[in-house]
Amino acid sequence: MSVILDGARSSGLARTLAVKVVSAVVTLFFVLVCNFFLFRVLPADPAKNLTHNSALTASQLAAINRTFGLGLPLPRQFWNYLVQTFHGNLGRSFVNQLPVAQLIGQALWPTILLVGSATVLSTVIGIWIGIRGGWNRGGRFDKTSTAFVNVLYAMPDFWLGMVLLIAFAGSALRLFPDGGMHNFTGGSTGLAGVADVLWHLALPGLVLTLVYLAEYSLVMRSSLIDELKADYLLTARAKGLRDDLVRRRHAVPNALLPSVTLIMLNLGFVISGAITTETVFSWPGLGRLSYVALNAPDYPTLEGCFLLFSAAVILANLIGDLLLTVFDPRVRQA
Amino acid sequence: MNAVTSSGATDPVPAPGLESRPASPVPTPRQLARTRRRAALARFWREYRKDRRGMFGLVVLAVMIAVALAAPVLASSRGLNPIYATATPNAGPSLAYPLGTDADGRSVLTLLIWGSRNSLLVGLTATLISILIGALVGVVAGHFGSIRARAGRLTDNVLMRGTDWFLVVPFLPLAMVLARTLGPSLGVIILVIGLTSWAGTARIVRAQALAVETRPYLERAKALGAGHWHQMYRHVLPNVMPLLLANTILTVAGTILAETTLSFLGLGDPIRPTWGQMLGSAYEYGVGTGNLLWLLAPGIAVILVVLAFTLVGHALEAVLDPKLRER
Repeated sequence: MSVILDGARSSGLARTLAVKVVSAVVTLFFVLVCNFFLFRVLPADPAKNLTHNSALTASQLAAINRTFGLGLPLPRQFWNYLVQTFHGNLGRSFVNQLPVAQLIGQALWPTILLVGSATVLSTVIGIWIGIRGGWNRGGRFDKTSTAFVNVLYAMPDFWLGMVLLIAFAGSALRLFPDGGMHNFTGGSTGLAGVADVLWHLALPGLVLTLVYLAEYSLVMRSSLIDELKADYLLTARAKGLRDDLVRRRHAVPNALLPSVTLIMLNLGFVISGAITTETVFSWPGLGRLSYVALNAPDYPTLEGCFLLFSAAVILANLIGDLLLTVFDPRVRQA
Repeated sequence: MNAVTSSGATDPVPAPGLESRPASPVPTPRQLARTRRRAALARFWREYRKDRRGMFGLVVLAVMIAVALAAPVLASSRGLNPIYATATPNAGPSLAYPLGTDADGRSVLTLLIWGSRNSLLVGLTATLISILIGALVGVVAGHFGSIRARAGRLTDNVLMRGTDWFLVVPFLPLAMVLARTLGPSLGVIILVIGLTSWAGTARIVRAQALAVETRPYLERAKALGAGHWHQMYRHVLPNVMPLLLANTILTVAGTILAETTLSFLGLGDPIRPTWGQMLGSAYEYGVGTGNLLWLLAPGIAVILVVLAFTLVGHALEAVLDPKLRER
């Protein structure tokens, strides 16, 4: 971090931003290197790995080595891998022979729907809890909400999912569907189709909202408490502003920026929640895709998911970082 | 060199009044240090005891650790082997099986007790690896980062770039990929969690080390000819230690949750049960009907132990950093 901030001091905002973009690209490059080594170099015999360890004759192995270019020198192999990846060719799934890029494309939107709605809900509720608790810290609301949030924070997300699934979708109540994204009939379109998807979204959405909310309310609370002793709040009170206005117009806007950025920087945590929750609720998204690939094992699909997740997190980090640098002068001068 | 080695930051200077009183034996520096440390510890404990949530966490942890240590006494390890399991599979609680049985007819209570052993073992060992790497990277980066020389800055930069990489790359997908390519076993799980979770610690330790580097006692050590290793080991490390302790406790909470998740996803060692693995097998079996305690018990155990580590960690942080105490 210090390099970046030192840079800011010497030649201004533009340079800082450039450094951040370059470092994100370098990070992404190392993800590619890591991917290459993990799947092609680390396994003792990539050809056997690629073919599920099935018994193969020597000539068949040689043919596979030729097809995948595994006999070539490593730098050459790496170059080929980079070229293929940038052309969007992520290989074919071992399970159904479909291109990995196509599988990921199909799973992308369900995940964005689930994770997106849970993130929006949990951000709003979490920030509200954080503000209310932090402003009257030590009060009854603060004590109750902190205890509740701490328990949520300690809870494995998939466990919460299974408990809710059994409670509300099990044989006793059957209030919600027990998994998937559509009815088995599948034919419903238009409004009925939307309602169907929302009905399926309710439980996994609730689980992710609760899990994310724990983190966000803690961040907002401590960020607000950091502002409580600031001089400008004393000034605002001295002007005779009502407590409510001091909070709304002065404290919260200052506390909000670091929290919202932290939420952006935290996409890695969002993704791990998506993997387990989608697994429990059979939600046809990227998380479930990677779980199925993990246990098949379906290396090309697993590798593609890892690449996409990393790229998404790196991009979100970059955007969060850039927003903070542009909007918050305190960060630039720190 | 001897003068430097015996005068770390915590070592005492003999009080001037003591030499003029031959009647009482002069306490050696070692004795003085010991009494001072004991007093500091007593002060620390008094401060800690005031934190009710921290005390709750400590009690829960003590019980959990006692159960984990006494596992062979509380339940025979034969109960873990499906071959010897004779009970009805997935049956509700009974007198012989207070928490019911799992799909293999094994007692859930036995699995829970032995699971506490493996879960805590994985959590603590993975934390140890994570903290060792984090502290090493943090102290070295902080120490060399405070040096004006080009080589020092370069070391700091390289280490921090590496840290940033681990901080940015999403933990769970990376751990899944690593554990799958390395094969399923408890050792691999420990290694994978340790290797992917040190970056936050390194950041915190580096920041603290940079602050320590500006203190006069380091300048004094340098003037007396202390080398890099000596400065880092005798001066920087002891002074980041309290912070590292609180961070370690909080890291355990994270590593136990990580183990639970990885085992649930099917990456654990099938022979050595952990709480995460119990949850994973309950999920795979589809425990909607039958013995719900098979699902509830390990989940509640995970919540309790993670909550306890979090509360103890926050209480330690608050005692060590008075600024946080008001929270």
